[in-house]
Amino acid sequence: MSRQRAINEQRGRLSQAIGQAQASRRGVLAGAAGLALAGLLGACGTKGASSGPAQALTPGIDISDTEELVRWANWTLYLDYDDKAKHYPTLEQFKKSSGLEVRYVEDIDSNDSYYGKVQSQLASGQDIGQDLMVLTDWMTERVIRLGYVQELEHANIPNLKNLLPSLNDVRFDPGRTKSLTWQSGYTGLVWNKEAFPKGLRNVEDLWAPELKGRVTLLDEMRDTIPILLLDQGIDITGQWGQDEFSGAIEIVEKNIQNGQIRQVKGNSYKQDLISGDALAGIAYSGDITQLNYEEGNKWEFIMPERGGLIWSDNFMVPFGATHKKNAEKLMDFYYQPDVAAEVAAYVNYLCPVVGAQEEMEKIDPDLVNDPLIFPTEEFLNKASTERELSVEEENDFQNQFQEVIGV
Amino acid sequence: MSNTVMTKKGKIADLRSRDEIKAERRKERTGVYLVVPGLLLLLLFFAVPVMVLLSMSLYARPEGASIGEFVPALEFRNYATVLGSYWPDLLRSFGFALIATVLALLIGYPMAYLVAVRLRQHGLLQGILLVLLIAPFFSSFILRTQAWKQILADEGFVAQTMKFLAILPADGHLTATPFAVVAGLTYNFLPFMVLPIYANLGRLDTRLLEASGDLYAGPMTSFFRVTLPLSAPGVFAGTLLTFIPAAGDYVNAALLGNNRNTTMIGQVIDSRFFKVIDYPGAAALSFVLMLSILVLVTIYIRRFGTKELM
Repeated sequence: MSRQRAINEQRGRLSQAIGQAQASRRGVLAGAAGLALAGLLGACGTKGASSGPAQALTPGIDISDTEELVRWANWTLYLDYDDKAKHYPTLEQFKKSSGLEVRYVEDIDSNDSYYGKVQSQLASGQDIGQDLMVLTDWMTERVIRLGYVQELEHANIPNLKNLLPSLNDVRFDPGRTKSLTWQSGYTGLVWNKEAFPKGLRNVEDLWAPELKGRVTLLDEMRDTIPILLLDQGIDITGQWGQDEFSGAIEIVEKNIQNGQIRQVKGNSYKQDLISGDALAGIAYSGDITQLNYEEGNKWEFIMPERGGLIWSDNFMVPFGATHKKNAEKLMDFYYQPDVAAEVAAYVNYLCPVVGAQEEMEKIDPDLVNDPLIFPTEEFLNKASTERELSVEEENDFQNQFQEVIGV
Repeated sequence: MSNTVMTKKGKIADLRSRDEIKAERRKERTGVYLVVPGLLLLLLFFAVPVMVLLSMSLYARPEGASIGEFVPALEFRNYATVLGSYWPDLLRSFGFALIATVLALLIGYPMAYLVAVRLRQHGLLQGILLVLLIAPFFSSFILRTQAWKQILADEGFVAQTMKFLAILPADGHLTATPFAVVAGLTYNFLPFMVLPIYANLGRLDTRLLEASGDLYAGPMTSFFRVTLPLSAPGVFAGTLLTFIPAAGDYVNAALLGNNRNTTMIGQVIDSRFFKVIDYPGAAALSFVLMLSILVLVTIYIRRFGTKELM
């Protein structure tokens, strides 16, 4: 009896839901003209995406002295984490030593999508809810160019003296007044040593017939295109342009169309490597170290002979942030060699802090000579970074790239 | 209709008394008041966003503007641009959604029939199966799709067996194919098909089947002439609940598809918005998607809709 009632109720709700859907759709049809007009009116008042560089905006008021809080948005799996205790050990240390509360979120999954998410707030100088965000060099370059970040007070970051000398001056931020390196990494080649013992030497080798349908590429245009340009012997720091870009994108297109490339992916390419669907591809150094640690030593990561990429992810204080001083304290904390070593032992990316290598001896002696954590000449000699792209190029290239990868 | 009658002059006469009519009107008015909160909610969360979407789809990017900077305009070319590039993906989305809907119907109807009609005398078993039907909702949609990736993986049992039986060529694979995407869609939206049909068949009067048997109809005839027509509202609801979300889905295509022949429109909208930072393009595509679904569903309702559903 009660079952019957439940069924009737359920059915009633379903047909009601559908009736509603129909009604609302009808309404739209009928009112389409009216809506269009209202839409135009709305256009004048919608701030949404209409936004230019932050001009004449004042930075967020720093309430660090009254509110003991710092909010930090970082990438996923980019800070040492203790599975058992369910916390971030170094962050706990920082809380204790500074007395600050830290609101840490793994909010960033891709430069583009994070930018898409916060851009309109940044442009109007609003607080995006974070005092620190971490973005890759080229996006850092864009964000600084647009004036979306605050100037750092070096006096509050005494440990900055430990930053690798090569990172003291970068082209997008001379003197590092607006951004500081969090971690660095390489983009290179990976392959499954068991299933593909022959291995790779250059990007070109990915197009071997025995890898048909088993190759994965990164869906970040800034990784895939420059490394393909290098493969063709082009100096990516020099003045390459649309012609060179077309050459690289055609290779991607051809190998997608003929089924050589299985998928062009973001961070999820790791799952394809684990499942064995992908046997080789373009990858980030730290990911492969982590995979080898977690899934058995199955993969090899190299810099292609014709060159791979080196990049950094940088701390920045968004323009509307309200705890800049606290954010500076946090950055300062992470430039201590022992803390940096602890982070590096977990995230396995290149550590930008001088003295961390010595500290690593105490944490994990195996990692002291890991070229993917502490840079060696052999790797650095093959690593470079593409030149700055103009806004129009950025827009154009991204468009073409997305069209070729089909989304 | 039961209260009216055709007079000799061909007019419709109302047989109800004045008081009855008044009471009827009062009831109607109460109904209207009850609808007001819902309408306001729809206005706020549906009509306004649609307007914003529409206006956004007409924004323009000034020459030399930074990425993500757009100004209000009447740039109808946005529509031509995105449709010119992405019409195949739009068509593919509807194609995939249609195949998935048909498959879900073919798989789902027998399931619903079994639980609702065949097991009517076995309350416990019926309950268990019903829970199993709903069980997928207890875990995350993404997680379930991700699981399919593992199930269909090259080194997995399914692919290996199919290769062994020579159904799949030695260098073939299941993931990153249109097959995997449609399979994912079918699987993920199956409950939306089964539940309305189940709810409908639950009310099926089995005496009608006996009657049709008495009239010498075989099981097939009984099914096609009695059961199926009676369950049409359930089928109708199920197909809509499956087709509409499936057409706009992008999770299945993103996880189980490739970059060549599985892209669905939802993925394109996602990447226009988050990767290319082309808000007007994303808005235009969303609007086109909404409009196309609206048109398709309207045609469908006009053609097959039943009064009972209204």
